[in-house]
Amino acid sequence: MALTHRSSNLLKPLSAAVLRRTFSTDTITVETSVPFTSHNCSPPPRTVETTPAEMMSFFRDMATMRRMEIAADSLYKAKLIRGFCHLYDGQEAVAIGMEAAITSKDCIITAYRDHCLFLARGGTLVETFAELMGRKDGCSKGKGGSMHFYKKESGFYGGHGIVGAQVPLGCGLAFAQKYSKEEHVTFAMYGDGAANQGQLFEALNMAALWDLPAILVCENNHYGMGTAEWRAAKSYAYYKRGDYVPGLKVDGMDAFAVKQACKFAKEHALKNGPIILEMDTYRYHGHSMSDPGSTYRKRDEVTGVRQERDPLERIRKLILSHDLATEKELKDTEKEIRKEVDEAIAKAKESPMPDPSELFDNVYVKGFGVEVFGADRKEVKSVLP
Amino acid sequence: MAVVFQGIGATAALTSATSVDSKKLYILSRRLVSETKSTFMVVRSDGRLNSGSNRRAQKLITNAVATKADSSPATKPGHELLLFEALREGLEEEMERDARVCVMGEDVGHYGGSYKVTKDLANKYGDLRVLDTPIAENSFTGMAIGAAMTGLRPIVEGMNMGFLLLAFNQISNNCGMLHYTSGGQFTIPVVIRGPGGVGRQLGAEHSQRLESYFQSIPGIQMVACSTPYNAKGLMKAAIRSENPVILFEHVLLYNLKERIPDEEYILNLEEAEMVRPGEHITILTYSRMRYHVMQAAKTLVNKGYDPEVIDIRSLKPFDLHTIGNSVKKTHRVLIVEECMRTGGIGASLTAAINEYFHDYLDAPVVCLSSQDVPTPYAGTLEEWTVVQPTQIVTAVEQLCR
Repeated sequence: MALTHRSSNLLKPLSAAVLRRTFSTDTITVETSVPFTSHNCSPPPRTVETTPAEMMSFFRDMATMRRMEIAADSLYKAKLIRGFCHLYDGQEAVAIGMEAAITSKDCIITAYRDHCLFLARGGTLVETFAELMGRKDGCSKGKGGSMHFYKKESGFYGGHGIVGAQVPLGCGLAFAQKYSKEEHVTFAMYGDGAANQGQLFEALNMAALWDLPAILVCENNHYGMGTAEWRAAKSYAYYKRGDYVPGLKVDGMDAFAVKQACKFAKEHALKNGPIILEMDTYRYHGHSMSDPGSTYRKRDEVTGVRQERDPLERIRKLILSHDLATEKELKDTEKEIRKEVDEAIAKAKESPMPDPSELFDNVYVKGFGVEVFGADRKEVKSVLP
Repeated sequence: MAVVFQGIGATAALTSATSVDSKKLYILSRRLVSETKSTFMVVRSDGRLNSGSNRRAQKLITNAVATKADSSPATKPGHELLLFEALREGLEEEMERDARVCVMGEDVGHYGGSYKVTKDLANKYGDLRVLDTPIAENSFTGMAIGAAMTGLRPIVEGMNMGFLLLAFNQISNNCGMLHYTSGGQFTIPVVIRGPGGVGRQLGAEHSQRLESYFQSIPGIQMVACSTPYNAKGLMKAAIRSENPVILFEHVLLYNLKERIPDEEYILNLEEAEMVRPGEHITILTYSRMRYHVMQAAKTLVNKGYDPEVIDIRSLKPFDLHTIGNSVKKTHRVLIVEECMRTGGIGASLTAAINEYFHDYLDAPVVCLSSQDVPTPYAGTLEEWTVVQPTQIVTAVEQLCR
């Protein structure tokens, strides 16, 4: 929802009627694709309430994310994005559904597949592309790159390169929320590959011990880079692996299921401590841009998922079936989004590369009146702050 | 008296110390010693002489500490305490002052800390603020860093510094680098502290010196405390610093007693401490080796040398200002450290001094470090892995020839 507002800044006035139409706030009841499976708790109901406005914003936001990731793909191939680039297309429903269920005071922390989550949390397209291309106007001033997107004001804590290391950090965020007695939760996201990390279970133990409001979300796209889940984990029912911690298995390609699950999880975490959500999702691209994604899975599998479970198509069908917009209007929206994304890329390209003088900025926070580097400090003093 | 003493030192510097001169100096210093009726003298940083108490004359190591202002009646008397109590005092004052300061570690709460640094704090501040963690260094360090990202100021206690190797990923990647990779959005004001170093026959895994492993991590600061005075000051400074700070304590130094001021003070994290000014040679040291150096200094002074002893305290970044001024004065440097020979703090310091002060050196920088062996259990072998005062004396004599 925040995304729709933000991206409208980049729009030239267009006559697309779909934008001008206000959507009613009547509730529409939607059923999730499959019922929830739960472990150690009773699952939430399958029926989700939504509004036309929400459905349209889901469509728009997911289409923007999809478009952004495809554009990043082309930019990478054009060598404007270097290093590692992990794309999220196919998994957009998780980001969108989660954002719909929570506030900006709730924290989200994830691993390196963070472009769309950053966008969902209020990041702009320009910031995203500028950071991917290593420009000054990027969200991390060009110093982080694809794997280090952060947005403190909206509670997005990154953006971490080392698999699994963000989960203890997420429990730390939950700890701070409990310490400050806020009624907010933390969503610590990780993948099926990271689900086998020891630090995850250590963090889960501590979260359960102290009833921290931590929700561990396993985005199970079934492949840890090139290794299928059944080859890496003895038990790949990730939602059950918390043992004493309740778990819920969710269809991660259905944005409404994700929304329902996250709402349920938030209520649960505030009362009873940690819960694990397993999002059954899929990525169309390979693990990263260096991975074709076809050596460990068949092309039929990918196209099959794209045909049957694609989150964007699902929303499109729902919108069409509820007569909220016509086929043409949706197509026009997508064209608009494409234009938006192209403009954002153009704007990001104009942004300069960071100056070499910025190399040492933000290594340390200056304090106590002493320069950190070099032998030519003039004065040494200690000041009580 | 101070003037006379300094005069002797100056004469020795002008003429190269021949055996005749050193005998004369020896006799002179003996006379000075007998006049003051104590077994040693310490020249303090402001030039005044300070005699130690006769009662503690037999305990060589602790007496070599340069005590802060306590003998003159004009200043406040202060209070006497042990090093771990000084750490606790600093910690408690900071927790009182700022509600965001919290402690987490193994057995810090109900047990009071394995070295009693957090004793009774859990009773005072509650279980959430002085958090007993399970034995999961990687994740509770990660937790502390995550909490710091939101604004809390956690202090992570490693029961032994060696255990923090398990948390290396969190310390290096998240702690050190988050401020940079987020473009300045997050500060990580975390303090990671714990005892390390070669103790009393604790075995190889519990006698590690982690300074050398952490020193290349960009974004963190490292300090090592050696006296109750600087322990409290550095603890408070580390807690107030917005940067992640690793505070290295030493297992053998926890029971050092010293009189520290009553009033609140903090020390500069990047500053070195002048333990004993001198003219002949600069001896750079930190943590426990400070005491071995001061013990050797006694012998050296009796032999006629005038070593300048600096406790570098700040291991990252080095206080090249103080060190540089000293090198420019004495032109000879000896580094005495407990870190390993290969890639230790001494190795980095040698490189830094050679790079910046090469023109001022009359002799190559000598670095005495621990041997590159896992610390053996047997007492005699353990003694020989670390630098002993006799080795320091020999090294100084060779350098000053």
